[in-house]
Amino acid sequence: MSEARTKVRAAARPLAPHLQIYRWPITMGTSILHRITGVGLAFGTLLLAWWLVAASEGPESYAVFEAAAGHWFGRFVLFGFTLALVYHAMNGVRHLLWDAGIGINLQAANRSGLIVYGLTLVTTLVIWVVAYQSMGAWQ
Amino acid sequence: MSIQTPLGRVRGYGSAKSGTQHFWYQRMTAVALVPLTLWFVWAVVRYTGAPHAEVMSFLSHPVSGIAMAMFVVVGLVHMLLGAKVVIEDYIHRESTKIALLVLLHFAVFAVALTCVVAVLRILT
Repeated sequence: MSEARTKVRAAARPLAPHLQIYRWPITMGTSILHRITGVGLAFGTLLLAWWLVAASEGPESYAVFEAAAGHWFGRFVLFGFTLALVYHAMNGVRHLLWDAGIGINLQAANRSGLIVYGLTLVTTLVIWVVAYQSMGAWQ
Repeated sequence: MSIQTPLGRVRGYGSAKSGTQHFWYQRMTAVALVPLTLWFVWAVVRYTGAPHAEVMSFLSHPVSGIAMAMFVVVGLVHMLLGAKVVIEDYIHRESTKIALLVLLHFAVFAVALTCVVAVLRILT
């Protein structure tokens, strides 16, 4: 009797995780991204140091920095830096709210994760549009 | 078998390693970085592509110079605490781990000093 019951249970038990249909939970993605962007920003501090040193050295050094920053690859790196900074800052606020006991349940965490994704994209784009405008583009 | 309770056994030894200090400093720097990052992003957007003289006159104002130095120092302390955890999480060979942690501390100190000296040179 008990043997038969275990057999039925064993057959009905789901094989988890179903790797072919496995979807990353939202909170897993936000958590891993927080760490990746943090590591990226750690290397980004070298760019910040370069900017400050170049400015302090004088117009010639600053021109070298400006040329590198204006190159398409420099722009690409700086865009990544902006994206990482905005994401890490916004998700960091989400973490601070959790520390304060706010929004610390699955539904709220999923919702706030999606909000952070959305706000990051919009904010980064706004920063770049305003930056290009302050440089005098599209006039 | 001891008749001591688990709590009784650990009492008096102090915390394991540094207790909550790492956690607390990570949060304190995070809170400080919220306004500093907002200011930094504003400054970068405002002075992107600006001529050298304009950037210098901005950074040579004491308030912005000090704010920039604070952003750099607090940011690097926050980065040091975070990177330390990343290294401890993924590097399991003791010798490699210690070498990387030492290198991290040296690098953070060097970058922080470089930035602060640059800001001071602009300020004076």
